[in-house]
Amino acid sequence: MADETEKGLESALRRRLLMGLAGLPALAVMPRMAFAATPPTSAVNTTGLAVTDTEVTVGILHSATGTMAISETGSIQSEKLAIEQINAAGGVLGRKIKVIQEDGASDWPTFAEKAKKLLVNDHCAAVMGCWTSASRKAALPVFEQYNGLLYYPTFYEGLEQSKNVIYTGQEATQQILASLDWVHKEKGAKSFFMVGSDYIWPRTSNKIARKHVENVLKGTVSGEEYFPLGHTQFNSVINKIKLKKPDVIWVDVVGGSNVAFYKQLKAAGIDLNKQVLLTISVTEDEIDGIGGENIAGAYSCMKYFQSLKNPNNEAFVPAFKKMWGEKTVIGDVTQAAYLGPFLWKMAVEKAGSFDVDKVVAASPGIELKTAPEGYVKIHENHHLWSKTRVARAKPDGQFELVYESPELIEPNPFPKGYQ
Amino acid sequence: MFGEYSLGDLSSIFVMQGFAGLILFSVYVLMALGLAIIFGQMGVINMAHGEFMILGAYVTYLCSTFFQNHLPALFPIYFFLAMILAFMASGALGMLVEWALIRHLYKRPLDTLLATWGLSLMLQQAYRSIFGAREVGVELPSWLIGSVQVTDSIEIPINGLFVMAVTVLITVGVAVLIFRSRFGQQVRAVMANRPMAGAVGIDSEKVDRYTFGLGCGIAGVAGSAFTMIGSTGPTSGQLYIVDTFLIVVFGGAASLLGTIASAFSISQTQSTLEFFLSGSMAKVLTLLAVVGILMLRPQGLFTLKVRR
Amino acid sequence: MTNPIQSLTKSVTVNDNPFMKPIEWLSLALLVVVILVVLPATLDAFRLNLVGKYLTYAFVALGLVICWGYAGILSLGQGCFFGLGGYCMAMYLKLEASSIENTKIQSTPGIPDFMDWNQITSLPWFWKPFQSLPLTLILVIAVPVLFAFVISFAMFKRRVGGTYFAIITQAIAAILTILIVGQQGYTGGINGITDLRTLHGWDIRTDSAHNILYFVNGGLLIGCILIAQFVKKSKLGRILVAMRDKEDRVRFSGYSVAGFKVFAFCLAAAFAAIGGAMFTLQVGFMSPSFVGIVPSIDMVIYAAVGGRMSLFGAIWGTLLVNWAKTSFSESFPDLWLFGLGALFILVVLAFPNGLAGIWREHLEPRLTRRVKALRAPAPAIIPQSAPAE
Repeated sequence: MADETEKGLESALRRRLLMGLAGLPALAVMPRMAFAATPPTSAVNTTGLAVTDTEVTVGILHSATGTMAISETGSIQSEKLAIEQINAAGGVLGRKIKVIQEDGASDWPTFAEKAKKLLVNDHCAAVMGCWTSASRKAALPVFEQYNGLLYYPTFYEGLEQSKNVIYTGQEATQQILASLDWVHKEKGAKSFFMVGSDYIWPRTSNKIARKHVENVLKGTVSGEEYFPLGHTQFNSVINKIKLKKPDVIWVDVVGGSNVAFYKQLKAAGIDLNKQVLLTISVTEDEIDGIGGENIAGAYSCMKYFQSLKNPNNEAFVPAFKKMWGEKTVIGDVTQAAYLGPFLWKMAVEKAGSFDVDKVVAASPGIELKTAPEGYVKIHENHHLWSKTRVARAKPDGQFELVYESPELIEPNPFPKGYQ
Repeated sequence: MFGEYSLGDLSSIFVMQGFAGLILFSVYVLMALGLAIIFGQMGVINMAHGEFMILGAYVTYLCSTFFQNHLPALFPIYFFLAMILAFMASGALGMLVEWALIRHLYKRPLDTLLATWGLSLMLQQAYRSIFGAREVGVELPSWLIGSVQVTDSIEIPINGLFVMAVTVLITVGVAVLIFRSRFGQQVRAVMANRPMAGAVGIDSEKVDRYTFGLGCGIAGVAGSAFTMIGSTGPTSGQLYIVDTFLIVVFGGAASLLGTIASAFSISQTQSTLEFFLSGSMAKVLTLLAVVGILMLRPQGLFTLKVRR
Repeated sequence: MTNPIQSLTKSVTVNDNPFMKPIEWLSLALLVVVILVVLPATLDAFRLNLVGKYLTYAFVALGLVICWGYAGILSLGQGCFFGLGGYCMAMYLKLEASSIENTKIQSTPGIPDFMDWNQITSLPWFWKPFQSLPLTLILVIAVPVLFAFVISFAMFKRRVGGTYFAIITQAIAAILTILIVGQQGYTGGINGITDLRTLHGWDIRTDSAHNILYFVNGGLLIGCILIAQFVKKSKLGRILVAMRDKEDRVRFSGYSVAGFKVFAFCLAAAFAAIGGAMFTLQVGFMSPSFVGIVPSIDMVIYAAVGGRMSLFGAIWGTLLVNWAKTSFSESFPDLWLFGLGALFILVVLAFPNGLAGIWREHLEPRLTRRVKALRAPAPAIIPQSAPAE
């Protein structure tokens, strides 16, 4: 495992050398901020944001209640941790971050409503928030209309790019393509059976995966099945899988269905140590509900796992547990949410201003070397360059890394040839 | 579609698919039986039925953690105790709810719907406050996981068989209780004619309370059994509620036999359609068929002639 | 033997007044003043838009008063009609927002973005009518009403009653949600139809547009109240009540019970559809989360809290519950569901006629007594008691 650490460092180093120029401004900004006096508010805030000489207001907008609270709690926690750490280190442009938290209540118009409140009433300089695509789609017009800035943490289907959003999660191709290549190469996988929940993210992801399997890997997709959200009976599709005997079961089932699917798969005698199962919807958070023993052996494709071995992560995990309890687990999205406040801070300091337009202009090229997932960088299309990782679920609910893409993967929210 | 498979493959798949249908059937019966008693026999629309099930699931979860930490030696058999406790917990809560809420509403069946919906919201929030918003993982004893290898290619999930066994046991138990015992006689008497039952000396309030408790208790057992195949979270109960009501209504609300028949036909339709079509469409077609048939035959499959 | 007309006199006070009693005129005036004057004058644009959103639910509650309170048909599927109305409007707005130049990055410009993502290369036939605004306005009402007619005609002809109807409508709401979510190439899936911008060239996202839409919404709501009041006061309304109380007797008196029920249900659907369309316009999108079971039951609760027999009560109930939801869920997110659940139970157990019942049973008699006491010695003092309303 020490290997991993070195590899992570090495690639970060190589990146920095390669992109020396891009790295310089960030390096140059940091010492200046540490010693320079706090710049006057009138200079850093020309658009009427909630910035005083000592404080800057940032919004957090997730569901603390309702069905999505299960998933979004981790994001709220890591965003609060990040903000606390930033404040402890002196804040942003000498100003402490003040948080206004609003509850989206798992209800999409409420997200739009609260987004508007955060922008219009509270004049938040940035908002960390949204989780489901539906909530983002509902809030997006508000951010565009009032020129707000949203940091969106979830891995999602892509097909979107907004000036007012920084996507800190992976879009579909970043999550899928490298892992398909891996399973093709390592396991000799030729045939795939896809099972998903019936909504836009699984359908789009599977579409991309299918094109890649059929056109690039020259394999076959022997089945593609969707079930309504919350469906709990999978015995029929499991029989179908047994009949087709695919090399890989490709799963993007979400929520409560996830639990039912893996329990029934296990009960049906499909041994995940023999049958390759690749999922893009299971993080440490989900395993909590599924039960480690039910999913042990499955492969998950994410960009972050709690068990990653690198110095950043070894600092992040204890800090998170210290703040939120020993028993909490950290999933991919929780980590992506943690990046938001830091990316914003760096962009603000690079721009020397809180003004949204300037922060947006400064964002592309921002590099974060302290990310728990390793090194990330903001692309011109507002998504992050990040690695694809594949890890195998263990009975204790953690993952064991088995593959990591050697290079950062370029975000490509509108992939040509995959639509 | 099947040309490419050998006859042996196909026949074993059909056997397994048959079992899948039977398992779904057991799940549906277990879900609907409690409601059939409450809705069918008492006329109470209990929208909190799913939450009573989840209470049973949480009791099972508590049992599993307790046994793991304190009595690991008995862990393999904890599930039986958990089901009994689930029955008692849900039943007790049901009786409490009947006393506090339902008994005031027997003359207004539609209002029980609203009140129990309110109850379900409160229970959901209570689960969330106590157990957290996340789903909890219920660890199963190892003998309940895995499958029975019947032949080389036929495998039957053990937990499915277990659910089937529980269903048969509960169904027989309920049938004996309702149709053979003195209590059942009283229940049927009260449902058929409340004032008359009172006149011949049946304590109808008590009968109501125990009937409601029984229905909720069965929901608790169902919830406990479903920890083997589904998720346990504050809002998991809502996943079951539409299916459950449709099964009861489709069967003809007042008939327990009807509930079983309707669970059978709905589960077979759905599991067959799921095999040939995609999951979502199977669900929609099944629900549409049920609604369509109900439009033509609103009284359901089986009806009892009851003078109201 | 009591005939239906007699049984009806017990629940509804029939008097000689042809349309509205003075107290009802007063209630209407109060509502008009609050909705169209007081709220716009005191709330900022953000809160006013919020109230506008709540008032779109009031349309549904109003329809429920007619079909549940008066005709005794409890529908747990009003979200279907709200959603269908909203989707019809959203389809028009989406087509307008997907002009060729707005969508030129797509592989097929000129169709909504989500269709393009789903490899649909031409506009499906059922989207075509929504290119025209007049046709859209007709369809906003016609589609939900037709849907309501199909559902209810079959069921009421077969005399499906009460609880069965409620559960079947609930299942229909579930089916429609699964269908909309599953057919994402045609419906936008779970994200719904989003990013709506203009109505016939008029930008609906600005604050001034929100203001105008608020008043249009308020005006439509008052129009619907008047229609409902007309139905309630007409012979039709009396038959509905008679049917609710003793359906068989009305049938034996020679009335076509099914026909009246279908009418009440369709009227409620039409109101819900108007609400849905106004919702889309004010909120700027429509998604399947307004079609399903939970919103449908929520809307029943609004009517129940306001008073299932009172047209005005339904509006106040809607405003009250939503106001409570917004303010409580902001300050006590954990307690909110307990509060909401308790509210349902309390209303059902203690105040089955809701706010209107409290008013009618406790406040109004007291007020009337006071007025009468005042009127006896000196009638000239009456105007002073008027502000109490």
